[in-house]
Amino acid sequence: CVSQLDQLPTVETTSESVYTSVENYKSVLAKLYASYAVGGNEKGDGNADMASPTAAYGYLRSYFNLQEIPTDEVIYTWAGGDNLVDIQYMRWGASDTWVSSMYYRIYYTIAICNEFLRNAGDDKIAGFSEAEQQEIRVFAAEARFLRTLAYSHAMDLFGHVPFVTENDQVSAFFPPRITRAELFDYVETELKAIETILPEPFANEYGRASRAAAWTLLAKNYLNASVYTGTERNADCITYCNKVIGSGFALEADYGKLFNADNDRRTQNEIIFPIQSDAAKTTTWGGMTYLVNGPILGSMNSPDYGVTSGWQSIRTLREFVALFPDTTGEVDRRGAFWTDGQTLDVDDPSSSSQGYTIVKYTNLNDDGSYTTDDGLVNTDFPLFRLADVYLMYAEATVRGGAGGDAATALGYVNQLRERAYGNTGGNIGAAALTLDFLLAERGRELFWECVRRTDLIRFGRFTGDDYLWQWKGGTVEGSATDARFDLYPIPATDLAANPNLIQHTGY
Amino acid sequence: QQQQQLTVQGTVRDDQGTPLAGVGIAVAGTVAQAVTDAEGRYRITVPAGAHQLVFSSIGYLTQTVEADRQQIDVVLLPSSQDLEEVVVVGYGSQTKKDLTGSVANVASKDFNAGLVGSAEQLINGKASGVQVMSNSGSPTAGSTIRIRGGASLSASNDPLIVLDGVPLENGGISGNGSNFMSLINPNDIESMTILKDASATAIYGSRASNGVVLITTKKGTTGTLRIGFSSVLSMQQQQKVADMLSPQRFEQVIQEQGTAAQQTLLGGQRTDWVGQVFQSAFGTDNNVSLSGSVTNAVPFRASVGFFDQQGTLRTDRTDRVTGALSLSPTFFDAHLTLNLNVKGALNNNRFANTDAIWSAVAFNPTQPVHSGSEAFGGFYESLDNAGVPATGANLNPVGLLEQETHKSRVGRSTGNLDIDYKFHFLPALKAHVTLGYDYAHGEGENRIPASAANAYTVGGSFNEYAQNTQNRLLTAYLNYTAPLENSSLEVTAGYDFQYWSAKSPSVIYFNEAGDVQSTAMASDQRHTLLSVYGRINYQYGGRYLVTATIRRDGTSRFSPENRWGTFPSLALAWRLSEEDFLSGSHTLSDLKLRASYGVTGQQDGIGNYGYLSIYNRGDDFAQYRFGESFYRVLRPSVYVYDLRWETTRAFNYGIDFGLWGNRITGAVEYYTRKTHDLLANVSVPAGTNFDQTATTNVGNIESRGFEFQVNATPISRETLTWEVGFNATQQHTRVTNLSMVEDDKSVGSYVGPWVSGRGIQILTTGYEPNMFYVYKQVYDEQGKPLENVYADLNGDGIINESDLYRYESPAAEWFLGFNTQLTYKRWTVGTTLRANVGNYVFNNTKMDLGAWETLQYVPFALNNLHSDFLNTGFRARQYYSDYYVENASFLRMENITLGYDVGRIAGSARLRLGAIVQNVFVQSKYTGNDPEMPNGFDSTFYPRPRTYSLSVNLQF
Repeated sequence: CVSQLDQLPTVETTSESVYTSVENYKSVLAKLYASYAVGGNEKGDGNADMASPTAAYGYLRSYFNLQEIPTDEVIYTWAGGDNLVDIQYMRWGASDTWVSSMYYRIYYTIAICNEFLRNAGDDKIAGFSEAEQQEIRVFAAEARFLRTLAYSHAMDLFGHVPFVTENDQVSAFFPPRITRAELFDYVETELKAIETILPEPFANEYGRASRAAAWTLLAKNYLNASVYTGTERNADCITYCNKVIGSGFALEADYGKLFNADNDRRTQNEIIFPIQSDAAKTTTWGGMTYLVNGPILGSMNSPDYGVTSGWQSIRTLREFVALFPDTTGEVDRRGAFWTDGQTLDVDDPSSSSQGYTIVKYTNLNDDGSYTTDDGLVNTDFPLFRLADVYLMYAEATVRGGAGGDAATALGYVNQLRERAYGNTGGNIGAAALTLDFLLAERGRELFWECVRRTDLIRFGRFTGDDYLWQWKGGTVEGSATDARFDLYPIPATDLAANPNLIQHTGY
Repeated sequence: QQQQQLTVQGTVRDDQGTPLAGVGIAVAGTVAQAVTDAEGRYRITVPAGAHQLVFSSIGYLTQTVEADRQQIDVVLLPSSQDLEEVVVVGYGSQTKKDLTGSVANVASKDFNAGLVGSAEQLINGKASGVQVMSNSGSPTAGSTIRIRGGASLSASNDPLIVLDGVPLENGGISGNGSNFMSLINPNDIESMTILKDASATAIYGSRASNGVVLITTKKGTTGTLRIGFSSVLSMQQQQKVADMLSPQRFEQVIQEQGTAAQQTLLGGQRTDWVGQVFQSAFGTDNNVSLSGSVTNAVPFRASVGFFDQQGTLRTDRTDRVTGALSLSPTFFDAHLTLNLNVKGALNNNRFANTDAIWSAVAFNPTQPVHSGSEAFGGFYESLDNAGVPATGANLNPVGLLEQETHKSRVGRSTGNLDIDYKFHFLPALKAHVTLGYDYAHGEGENRIPASAANAYTVGGSFNEYAQNTQNRLLTAYLNYTAPLENSSLEVTAGYDFQYWSAKSPSVIYFNEAGDVQSTAMASDQRHTLLSVYGRINYQYGGRYLVTATIRRDGTSRFSPENRWGTFPSLALAWRLSEEDFLSGSHTLSDLKLRASYGVTGQQDGIGNYGYLSIYNRGDDFAQYRFGESFYRVLRPSVYVYDLRWETTRAFNYGIDFGLWGNRITGAVEYYTRKTHDLLANVSVPAGTNFDQTATTNVGNIESRGFEFQVNATPISRETLTWEVGFNATQQHTRVTNLSMVEDDKSVGSYVGPWVSGRGIQILTTGYEPNMFYVYKQVYDEQGKPLENVYADLNGDGIINESDLYRYESPAAEWFLGFNTQLTYKRWTVGTTLRANVGNYVFNNTKMDLGAWETLQYVPFALNNLHSDFLNTGFRARQYYSDYYVENASFLRMENITLGYDVGRIAGSARLRLGAIVQNVFVQSKYTGNDPEMPNGFDSTFYPRPRTYSLSVNLQF
C-alpha cells in the first residue's frame, strides 16, 4: 500500500522523459523562443506560463509598455484600468504592476533557458549520435543567445540585477546580485562565445537566431555601453554593425511591408531577428495583437488594417508628430498620422479622440488581403532589423567611434531617407548628420519598435527637463522628472525575497 | 374545598408524533411514579392535594403539567444539550458529558428551515466559531464554510467534511464546481457535528487544521413502518443590485455635463435593465421517506427528494433528484452490526452568464432592449464604424442571458458499508471497518450562437466538458473498553487508506461552423493518503477525563523524504460538578473545565504533483515556427521538491456549564493557534524557479479567539415552551512571517480581487491578513471626498505608493448568532438572527461606476453611472481610495418561521404546516446592497434573494 503514495502525472511529462529525443529538445527550444511571443501554452496566452495575470500578457507587451509608454511616442487610453498611469506619467514605484511583469517575465525566460542548458551539457547528451549532439549544441547556443537577450533587457531596464545560470539548481536559494557593468561583461562574453557556434546569417531556420542576431545584440549593447558601464564602446559597435551589414542584409524597398502580416518574408533582406506572431498557431492578446489593434480608434475602419475591431488605446503625442515634416505621410511616408476626429493636443489622456494615432503595424498581407481570428494577427515583431544597424553605425561614427566612416554613415542614413520619401528630397548633407538629427531619425524610423526609452536615456533626454512632452511627469504640458527613472526599480517583491539585492538610489 | 384523588391517563409522544416508551411520570411533591409503555401510554393516580405531573426522559426536556383532568397527552421536546446525548466524533462516538474537546453538535430539529439548497446552510448561525456564507444569490453558487476562520493563507481554509465516516474531497466537479455539498440532500441529514479544537480534530491529522464537519445521515429505526412526506414551495424575490442613476436623471446629467458627441448617444428610451434580467424565482423541495424494518430484523430508511430552484437572474436554474438508502441489520446477538448507506444525486444546472449583472447595472438606460434589426439576435448593441459591436462596449445584458446556453449535468453517488463486530470472546473489544466511496460524473456544454454580440467575432462558440471523480476509502480500527473499577479506559487504533482521482478529457472549443477555436488540456489528478491513528480516552470517577490522540499520515503530494507527518494531541477535562463540594448544588447542574493541545496538518489546496519537475506540452495555438514547420512547445512547470506539511499547533481552553437542571447550558472557549511552515504561494527569488511565485512552506500566522454559546429553555410547560440560543465568536488573526528571508521588510504581497492591475488586499508580516491596501482619502469641509487628494502618510511631499496604508480587513471581529423558538399549543414561531461586527467591504461597484470616466469607454457607447457620482463628482475612478472601504457590520434576520401542528388528520397521519421567510432583513450602515461579501469585495454582486416558503409535512 505504501507504494500507492507514488502518484505520477499521466497527462504531463516529467523531466526525465523529456530529454530523451532531439525532437523534445527542439520542442523545449521552441518554448524558449515562444517565451518572447506568447504568455501561455494555449490559445491567447491561455494556460499561462506565470501565475500573475499581467505576466500572462507576455514579454512583448510588457517590453513595449516600459520602452514606449513613458516616452513621447505614446499616450494610452486605458492607463487607469490597465494600471499604466504611473508608467505613463513617469512616477512608478517598486510595486508597479508592469515593472514587475517585465522583470519576472525576463527572469522566467532566463530560468527556462537555464533549465534547457542544464539538460544540454555534453554529459547529458552523450547518448545521442554525433549528428544529434551537434544539433543539440546549436540549440544550446541559441538558448544562450535568448538568455543574453533577456539579460540585456534586464541590464537596460533594471541595471543591477540578480544573476542565475544553468549552474544553479531549481530551488529556494538567493541568487547573487550582479552590477550593470559586470552583467555587460557577462553578456559580451557569452555572445562572443556563441558567435561561432550559431549558424551563419540566413543559414538557420526561419525564426531561429543566427550569428547576425548575436552581432546585432552586441552592437546595441556597445552603443549603450557608456550608460551601462560608463565607458564608450563605439568602435566595437561599428565592428559588429559592419559584420551584420557585410553579411548580405539589404533594405526592404517598401517601409510598410516591414510591419505587415507578410513581414516574415523580410527576413531574407532586412529583418534580422523577429518575435513571431500567427493568428492561428502563435496566438497572444499581448504582443503584436496589441500593437496592431491598439492604435485603431475613432473613425478608423478596423478591416482596413486586417482586424475586426479597434482597441482605441494607443495614440501619440504632439512632440512626436513634430518630428515629421507633415502629418499626412505624403512627404515622409513613415509619418502617416490618423487625424480625422482626433485633436493634436491631449488634455485628457483617457479620451481616445485626443492625440493623433499612426499606422505602423497592420495585419494585411502584401496583396491587401488578411486573415484574422477575433483580431489575432500574423504580423511579426521586427526586434532587430538592418535600418537600426545602419542608424547605430551612423551614431557610433558621429560619436567618434574608431573605424567608422562619416561618408558611409551618411550614405546609410540617406538610404533610409530615400525609402521614406520615395525620392532623394529628404536626403541630408554631412553637416546635418548630428546626434540630434539621429535621435529624431531614430524616432521617425524606429517608433513603436521598443527602442525609444533606451535612445532617450542615451541622449540624456528621458528624465530631467531637457526634453518635455505632454504628460511627462503627469502634467498637461510636461514637467521635469527625477533621474532615478532612468532605471526601473527592482520590484519590491524580489527585494523582499532575495536579501542579496539592493534597490537603486531614489526608490 | 378538598380535592379528590384523580386518575390521569394519556400518551406521551415526541415532536415527530412517535410514542415514547419509558418516560418517567412523577407527581410533584409525592412519591407516586409511573412509566410509559411501548405505545407511550401511562396511567397514574394523583393523590389528593397534589397538582402537577412531571414528565421526564433522557434526551428530552422535562415537562411539568397541571394535573387538572383525566386525559393528559404530552409532547416531549428533545433537549439539545442533554449530557447523555451521544455525539459522533472522529472514528467513534462519545456522550456529551465525556467530551474533552471543543465540539458543537447541531441536530436536525435545530436546523434552519425553509428552502435549503445545501447542507451547510442548515447550521448557519447555530454554532459559535462556525461561519457559513452563501457565495451569491445564485442557486448554483454554493457557500463558504469557515471554522474559527481557517488556519491557512493560500492553502485551503475549507474544513474537512466527513459524510458518514467518509472524508470528502475538497472542491467539486466540472459542472458543479462550487456547490458540491448540494448533492447531499439536506433532508437526509440527522445531525452535523463540528470539531473545532485540535484535540477533537487531530485524529484526522493532515487535513484537520481548518476543523472538521461530521455529517451523519438519517438511519432506519426498529418498529412500525413510518412514511414521511414533506414539501416546500417557495418564491424568491430579487433584491436591489446597485444605486444607479434613473433613466431620467442619467439623461439630465448627460445633457448638463456631457459633450455633444455623448448627447447623441442618448436613445430616448426608459429601460429598466436590472428589471429586464431579474425575475421572481420559484423553487420547490419535495421529499418522501420510508423507515422501519424489514421482517423486524433489518432497520432501513429509504428516501427520495426532488429539489428545483430558479435563480432570480433569468435563465439561472438548478434541479436535483436525490435518493438515499440505509440498511442497518444486526447479527449474532447484536455482535455484528452492518450499516449500509448509499446515496445518489442527479443534478441539472443551467448557469446564467452573470456578466449580465454588471452589464444591466451599467447599460445605457436610454437605449432599448431590441434594436428592431435582425443583427445580433435583434438585441440593441453599441456598434462601431464598421457596424459591429465596438470592442470594449458594454454588451446587451438581455442578449447575454437569452442568447447563451450554459448547462451541466452531474451525477454523484456516495456510500459506505460499516461493519462493527463485538468479539464473542471479549465483547469489550470491537472491530470496525468502513468501505466508502464517492464517485461523481459531471458534464456540460456552453453554446453561444454566431449572431450573439458576445461571440460574433469568432462565429459563435461551442464546447463540451466532462469530469470523473473518484474517492475510495478503507478505514479499519479496533476499539477496546477496559472495565476498570471507578474509571474507564477506551483505546482505539486504526488504519486508513484513501485514494482520490479526478480526470477530465481535453476540451475543444468550436465555432458555429465547427472550426476548432482553441483547446484546453486534459487533466488527470490523483493522490493518496495513508494513515495510522490511535486514541485513548480515560476517565476517573466521572470527574477526570483525558483524551490523547495520535495520527501518522503519508501523502502522495510530497516527496518520499517529506511525505510522513505525525499529529498528536492531548486533552484534559475536569467535571467539577461531580465533585462532592458541588454535587449538592441546585443551581449548578453541570460544570466542566477543559484544556487541550494538539498539532494538525494541512495539505489541501495545493497541487497534487507540486514536488515533481513536470513539463507541460503546449497546444496547437501556442506553437512556434522554425523554418516552414510549427513546433508544439514543452514547458517546465514550477516545482518545489522540498514541499512539506503545513502544521498548526493549537491550545484550547473551555468551560461547559449547566444551570437549574440544565435548563440553561452553555460553553465558553478560548483558543490560540499558530500555523508554521505555511503552504503559501509567495514570491520566490527571481530566476530560481519557473514562475514569479511558488507554493512553498514559508511563514507563520497566529490566531486567537473567544467563543461563547448558551442555550436556555426559560419556559417549559404543557402548552408553552420557549427556547433561546445565543452564540458569540471573536476572532483575531495576524501574519507573523511571510518570507524566506529572516528580516522581512517587504510591504507584503497583494491578494484578493484584482483592482486596476493588482489585488486590493495585502498580506504583510505583523498585520491581520487580507487588509485593504489603500490611500487615505482627504475630504473638503463639507465632507466631500477630493479627487486624487490623499494623505501624505509618509510626509515626503509626494503622494505615491509609499503612502498606501493597511486599512481594516474583510474579517469580522465578532460573529453573533441568536435563535429562539416559542411553542404554544399547536403553534410554533421561531427566528434565527446573525450579526457580524467589524467586517469591512470594498465597494467596488461604487468605485467602478461612480466616476465620470466610466460613462464612456468607447466613442460608440455610454454607460450608466452610480448615483454616488452626484456626491463626489469624481472624473477618474479612485481605485485605491479608502473612501470605498466601508464598515459592513450587519444584523441579518436569517429566517422567521411559523409552524402549526394540525395533528392527526386521518388514521395515523399527522400533518404539520409551516410558513417561512428567509433573509428577512439586513440592517447595516454599508451603502451597498448586501454587507456580506465574499472576500469583502462588492462588485455587482448577484443579490441574495428574500425567500417566502410554505411547507407541508405529513407523517404516517
